[in-house]
Amino acid sequence: MSAGVSRRALPGFGIGLGYAIAYLALLVLIPLAACLVKAASLGPDEFLAAAWTPRARSAYALTFGVSLVAALVNVVLGCVVAWSLVRYEFPGKRVIDALVDVPLALPTAVAGLVYASLYVKTGWLGQFLEPLGIQAAYSRLGIVLVLVFTGFPFVVRTVQPVLADLDAEFEEAAAVLGASRWQTFRRVIVPTLVPAALTGFALALARGLGEYGSVVFISSNKIFETEIAPMLVLVRLEEYAYAEAAAVATVLLGFSFVLLAAINYLERRSKRHVG
Amino acid sequence: MSAEPVPARPPRPHRDPWYVRWLLVGLTFGIVGVLIVVPLVSVFAQATAKGLGTYWSNLVSNPDTRHAVFLTLMVAPVAVALNVVGGIAAAWAIARFRFPGRSVLITLIDLPFSVSPVVAGLVFVLIFGLQTPLGVWLRDNGYQVIFAPPALVLATAFVTFPFVARELIPVLEAVGPEEELAARSLGASGWQLFWRITVPNIKWGLLYGVILCNARAMGEFGAVYVVSGRIEGETDTMPLRVQKLWEGSDNPAAFALASVLTLLALVTLVLKVLIEPKVRAEQTAPNPPAQVPE
Repeated sequence: MSAGVSRRALPGFGIGLGYAIAYLALLVLIPLAACLVKAASLGPDEFLAAAWTPRARSAYALTFGVSLVAALVNVVLGCVVAWSLVRYEFPGKRVIDALVDVPLALPTAVAGLVYASLYVKTGWLGQFLEPLGIQAAYSRLGIVLVLVFTGFPFVVRTVQPVLADLDAEFEEAAAVLGASRWQTFRRVIVPTLVPAALTGFALALARGLGEYGSVVFISSNKIFETEIAPMLVLVRLEEYAYAEAAAVATVLLGFSFVLLAAINYLERRSKRHVG
Repeated sequence: MSAEPVPARPPRPHRDPWYVRWLLVGLTFGIVGVLIVVPLVSVFAQATAKGLGTYWSNLVSNPDTRHAVFLTLMVAPVAVALNVVGGIAAAWAIARFRFPGRSVLITLIDLPFSVSPVVAGLVFVLIFGLQTPLGVWLRDNGYQVIFAPPALVLATAFVTFPFVARELIPVLEAVGPEEELAARSLGASGWQLFWRITVPNIKWGLLYGVILCNARAMGEFGAVYVVSGRIEGETDTMPLRVQKLWEGSDNPAAFALASVLTLLALVTLVLKVLIEPKVRAEQTAPNPPAQVPE
């Protein structure tokens, strides 16, 4: 890492930083502040009445619950896929590796549309769940499924480089010292992967908490059942209840900031671990 | 003991038992197959279910669908261009200089990634909507922001801001300032330095960021949904149009348009795979360290 250059040695510090801050302020910071100001215009009691109703609480709980489950599923799936991609050779490996990124490039609306059609009773995949009495589309399970899709790349992409950098010598040393394969896995490999997997988990969780485009297709959007928090923001907005919409959005922003701080902390920690 | 030359390092204990290998590789195919391949195939299968003729007419004969394609092709490049300028400015300041608040700025760049797209759309409605004095003033002076293309651009730019800057910071840091310092000492002006040294050094990283940014911009749904007002034939972008067709139970038409978006995503991924090695080369081939003049 370069330590930075003297401001007299290279041009563009003032204009670069100034423009970046102005752009960021106009595009991101002032608009977000406007949301907080609008929500604050309510006063504490009205704010609670808008953002902490039973309906809102159940929406937060659902949003958090489905995102959490989907992120946990992604930790398991992501570790399996990352492990195979790093440690084994098999035909089609490069294609699989490239396909992992599809959820980042595919518009969420397309994901929601196709998942809803796949998991209805007569859909390609829903027909196998139907005899088991499982209804996937228009249920909470459907929301989890589509969130697993949108969050899938994160764990794979955070675990993959750490696994690739994992020095074979550690495993050799463990083996030489008489550790069984399982002990080596548990005591050497897993502890190295945990920070990376946690980072991926947090990224997938953050993505799930805010996700709207894909969920709106596969959820029935029923109050108290399958209404996620971003949906509630829109419902309030369509009622022209701007301050109430801003209040719910403020709670969502609060979740985001906490997670962003956690992700920052985790990324810094896992970087230290690798470096 | 064989007579063959001894390998440089002993065989890696990566040789997990065959059943572990087969199980994990099988699971990998299963996971990627069910999560990703089946949905991709299904998009094209359902789009062309009624024959290729219907597929084509679904795409080109409906004026609202045509307008949605046009609008997306207008909005996404403008948002990407805004973010390229903003991203280069931010990356230049962050990668080349040290200043108080630098790490705060780095965190702020990532902020849009953790804000829900619906909230990103909402904030622009709160500022430019007709319930605000600003919104009324703009309307009286003939500027339509909300429920019009300007708001679509703003919401899209908000959501996609981090891509370019995030991609450029590590590339700029890896390339190092030495060539730029040399050019400067030989009397290059700021612009010459930027166009002749910096841009050629970071071009693949920049292109990579632009491609990712563009893919997200074209596919953005939540933020655009909120600010668009969803006026048919006016403010519907491609993803919004997909939803409207689907709500109208016109599944083949919804999937036809979705297949175009899917193709765009696949093209993006192919470009990404092609460019990635070049970006990595930019990131890992630093110039020899030079004396930094004081």
